[in-house]
Amino acid sequence: MNKLFFELGRYILFVRSMFFKPERFKVFFERTIHEMNNIGVGSIGIVTIISVFVGAVTTLQTAYQLVSPLIPMKVIGTIVSDSSLLEFAPTITCLVLAGKVGANIASEVGNMRVTEQIDALEVMGINSSGFLGLPKIIAGVIMIPCLIIVANFLMISGGILAARLTDLMSPNEFIQGARETFKMFTVTVSMTKSLVFAFIITSMSTYEGYFTEGGALEVGEAGTRAVTRSCVLILFADFIIAKLML
Amino acid sequence: MIELVNVNKSFADKQVLFDINAKFEPGIPNLIIGASGGGKSVLLKCMVGLFKPESGSINYDGRDFVHLPYEQVREVRREIGMLFQGTALFDSLTVEENVDFPLKMFGKMTPEERKDRINFCLSRVGLENANKKYPAEISGGMKKRVGIARAIALETRYLFCDEPNSGLDPITSRRIDELLHDITNEFKITTVINSHDMKTVYDIGESITFIYQGKIWWQGHRNELDATRAHNPELNAFIAASQF
Repeated sequence: MNKLFFELGRYILFVRSMFFKPERFKVFFERTIHEMNNIGVGSIGIVTIISVFVGAVTTLQTAYQLVSPLIPMKVIGTIVSDSSLLEFAPTITCLVLAGKVGANIASEVGNMRVTEQIDALEVMGINSSGFLGLPKIIAGVIMIPCLIIVANFLMISGGILAARLTDLMSPNEFIQGARETFKMFTVTVSMTKSLVFAFIITSMSTYEGYFTEGGALEVGEAGTRAVTRSCVLILFADFIIAKLML
Repeated sequence: MIELVNVNKSFADKQVLFDINAKFEPGIPNLIIGASGGGKSVLLKCMVGLFKPESGSINYDGRDFVHLPYEQVREVRREIGMLFQGTALFDSLTVEENVDFPLKMFGKMTPEERKDRINFCLSRVGLENANKKYPAEISGGMKKRVGIARAIALETRYLFCDEPNSGLDPITSRRIDELLHDITNEFKITTVINSHDMKTVYDIGESITFIYQGKIWWQGHRNELDATRAHNPELNAFIAASQF
């Protein structure tokens, strides 16, 4: 229990220490753009693959469960689009990004710690947590919601594609079902989740990397811890947001 | 000049430094020597602000580094250059970008002036043709020289070197020693070098501080070493173990 409170307190203090005025805005801006490229552009491939398949599988499994002839097939479109917007796109995508982006950030920062590069920044008079962490958080908070928008679109597209390829229903029928019950609020929930999850992934991974002690083995452990803790926090935050907003 | 007054440092209940008092003069290489685990690196890290001592003061030309407000500590740190044991070069930046880093962050130079300064620093350490290489592509000795070039890029007033010769062959070690000696003289920097290499001590050490079990055991000029060691068993054992 003591360790939990110690870690929580240290995490909060660490996050607070990042929010300082940057030393040089130009350098900060360049670093943020670089991180946006790493986090956003670098993750498009995996997000595309996951989204299309999750959308397709959700459509097939929903159809399998809807056996009553009284229920029109277009309801599948409603279910797939709503569940994609509300849950699958933000949560599944962010759990995958916690693995890809989170492990990458934790090992990069952890390696900088064990090779004294963070000490070198401190000796120069640079706020190392802000210099390393803040561009990653800003880049994550901008790019991950963009990825979630892409994931939403691709999951629904994947659903349409699966329905078409298996002759379940026509794309028009699927889209009609999706549009009939569409509420803009589901997009708001999806974006709220993606913003919170983006902050969790980037801040937790930077934190784990920043406090790495030891050598190569500990850098690997920090990467693993960053992923597991980010995933747990994402699921916890998912529940809280669902409870508060829905 | 850097002056340490009654510096104490401990980790949990283990005291590592005991009432350290020392002065490090500008323009001469000041060496801190001692066996591994004796407290040299902790002392150096206290001096550059990576560790905060429990008590005592560390004065940089009269500015008490330990008790200054954070913003002023950062001002002092911008006058400090440090060569780390593992060089601590930024892996993702080229040699040129590593030297440019402090200039870009804190300098007020135009890009052309920065370019000139980078080339001056790299040529001063004897690295004219490595600008575009990454740290992973150069040798250990070259990395140390890039580390020195980065440390002096901002016209540093205080230079700290942690084991500058570790992992280097004798010839490269000698070159690094000479380079540190020349740069210290040329720019009148207050240079503090952590070492357990007695060859460095006899080659360039002018002011020597011997640390043993967290205490300053002996201080003096290198010329006094041989005369003193006979009366100082710990110092004698350290020098004798170096087979010098």
